[in-house]
Amino acid sequence: MAARRHTTTRRPVLAAAAAFLLPPNPVAAAERLAFDDLYSGWSVMGASFSPRLLALVGQEAALRGYMAPPLKAEADFFVLAREPMALCPFCSSDADWPVDIVVVYLRRQAQPTDPGTRIEVVGRVETGSWTDPDSGFVSQIRLRDARFRPL
Amino acid sequence: MRRSNLIQAFLPLAVLWSLPAGAQTIYPINRAEILAGAHFDLKVEFPGVVATDRLRVTVNGRPAADVFGRAPDYIEREDGQAASSVMLRDAALTAPGVYTVAASDGEHSASVTWEVYAAPTARRARNVILFVGDGMAVANVTAARILSRGIEQGRYRGTLAMDTLPQMAMVGTSGSDSIITDSANAAHAYNTGHKSAVNALGVYASRARDSLAHPRVETLGSIVQRDLGMAVGIVTNTEIQDATPAAVFAHTRRRADYLPITDQMLESGASVILGGGSASFLPQGTPGSRRRDGRNMIDAFRQQGYAFADAGESLASVAADPNTTKLLGLFNLGNMDTALDRFYLRQGTVSRFPNQPDLTEQTRAALQVLSRNPAGFFLMVESGLIDKANHPLDFERSVYDTILLDNSLKVALDWAGNRNDTMIIVVPDHTQGIGIYGVVDDSRPGEMRDRVGTYAEAGFPNYPAADARGYPPSVDVSRRLTAGYAAFPDYYETFRPHLEGQNVPAVQQGSGGPYVANPIYRDQPGAMLRLGNLPRDASTGVHTVDDGVLRATGPGSERFHGFIDNTLVFRAMAEALGLGR
Repeated sequence: MAARRHTTTRRPVLAAAAAFLLPPNPVAAAERLAFDDLYSGWSVMGASFSPRLLALVGQEAALRGYMAPPLKAEADFFVLAREPMALCPFCSSDADWPVDIVVVYLRRQAQPTDPGTRIEVVGRVETGSWTDPDSGFVSQIRLRDARFRPL
Repeated sequence: MRRSNLIQAFLPLAVLWSLPAGAQTIYPINRAEILAGAHFDLKVEFPGVVATDRLRVTVNGRPAADVFGRAPDYIEREDGQAASSVMLRDAALTAPGVYTVAASDGEHSASVTWEVYAAPTARRARNVILFVGDGMAVANVTAARILSRGIEQGRYRGTLAMDTLPQMAMVGTSGSDSIITDSANAAHAYNTGHKSAVNALGVYASRARDSLAHPRVETLGSIVQRDLGMAVGIVTNTEIQDATPAAVFAHTRRRADYLPITDQMLESGASVILGGGSASFLPQGTPGSRRRDGRNMIDAFRQQGYAFADAGESLASVAADPNTTKLLGLFNLGNMDTALDRFYLRQGTVSRFPNQPDLTEQTRAALQVLSRNPAGFFLMVESGLIDKANHPLDFERSVYDTILLDNSLKVALDWAGNRNDTMIIVVPDHTQGIGIYGVVDDSRPGEMRDRVGTYAEAGFPNYPAADARGYPPSVDVSRRLTAGYAAFPDYYETFRPHLEGQNVPAVQQGSGGPYVANPIYRDQPGAMLRLGNLPRDASTGVHTVDDGVLRATGPGSERFHGFIDNTLVFRAMAEALGLGR
């Protein structure tokens, strides 16, 4: 636990330093989450959201990952995955998404990035089962009003 | 991936719809072999709208309605298109023989010939156990023998369990649509005796738009429950909805229909169901669920009398309970993890699901529960992660899971002992193109490719002796096997096992763009870019048309020799059980 506290106190300092060096971006203000921070418990009967994620609901957070190939051409909605999505049609299926994906709703439409490019997304954290009305895609964690930048 | 998969699943249907008007299509297709009494849907598709008075379907010259005892349904405009069909669900022919089915619209006619067969002898096998090594090539088996048993001066120190089986045959795996099959269509052939198309499970690939509306054929699991009161077991380490386990009971044109497949599983009556994939059982509101409704399918199974296990310990205790005759065991939200990850590398989802049972434990539990049925059982056990490792060119993981298959086979062979009432088969569903061509020796000078010894320079690898489980405790050794895959996307060859997690050889460049070598391996010492020989939309290696090698033992297994079509696996199982008589 000491290590965790140490990390969280250092991060804003590092982010502030980066913001000073790099062109201004909104990432500096948001608390950074990692994919490992989203769920605190895993079982066959389902996963549980971590207290850290739940504490951020309604607030802005930053999350790094890879944009899955978009479900529709105009990318105001995409799936953020921990690893680049390169699944094969016959060893996996379209029902076979990783469990810990995050759905991102962008503030403005944007061109999709390469699925192999790591990106950082900042958005307002939302949890709970939600079915996208256009695609029917079901998600448990979302980042709303989001923007992103390649890393 | 998601989109391209959907396109792959539906493209053949779109093509069929756009065909110019021609002869009618009859399902089951020409040269179908049908077990006497097994149910099938007869469907005739006419290229245009045909009035009922012009339409004629005959079986050996007699109207179909007379032969089957009821008239087929007439669909004037199938799926709203200008094309008529007739469909007779759940037809059956009980008398063996040759049947010619003809269909005419008054102008054009078409015909197919079927062979209806019955077992030549009374039932000889009380039980049948079918082991499937998904995507298992000869190179997987050879490497499993080297790593698990060791080799010295050219002689193996021991043989695999599968090496001891007396019967062997080469298996042709092609489907009705293509010489290259997938796991759905391949397992469909084993479970129904019919050949169908890529992505299809328990159905012929007709022009129907609804993936669940295609003409069905009955599975062995259904026949043996209905005719003989046998119990059915399904065991895998993939999601239980994946193609090979689903083929035991499912009927869909689209193998990715995980939610309908889960619902069909509940209706199938299977007594033992063990694998991964709880995500498709949990109600939509539960984090980790893939359902699109609020149904809790685990509760639905419990309500039908299934005991439930979610980890290795609970599986053993529930199976040991003499009152357990129906058992559902789910051990991961998704696919379970490979033996290499579970026992040695702790990668994949092992930290999330640390208590996944081994496939040997699943096999033992299934045998324990199924053998409580006095009428015998049919059990399918899949080592499904062999293929899921071969696809991303991850040879070491595929080899460990081939040893896993062999360990599980050993459990069944020990169980069968001298009973002489159980037919046991071990077979791949299809192959991957792999060859072991040398030994990499880290002590050699030069770049990694210059450290590959071939012929005399290969010598022997120095994997440590196998532990009690049958695996070398370390795969990261200084002299290791080098295997090459026949078909691959652009990727970085590292000449090393992927200790950091399963290989991801290629990633897509841009939306809908080509797959390129995954740059995360570029800076590994000695990594070498290999330009792919597959189309640039391929993300991984692919199945090959090469024959698979089947081994078998027990009553009825003498049917397996020389070359066989994959449909003969079904026929031999049916004959050993005396079906169709």
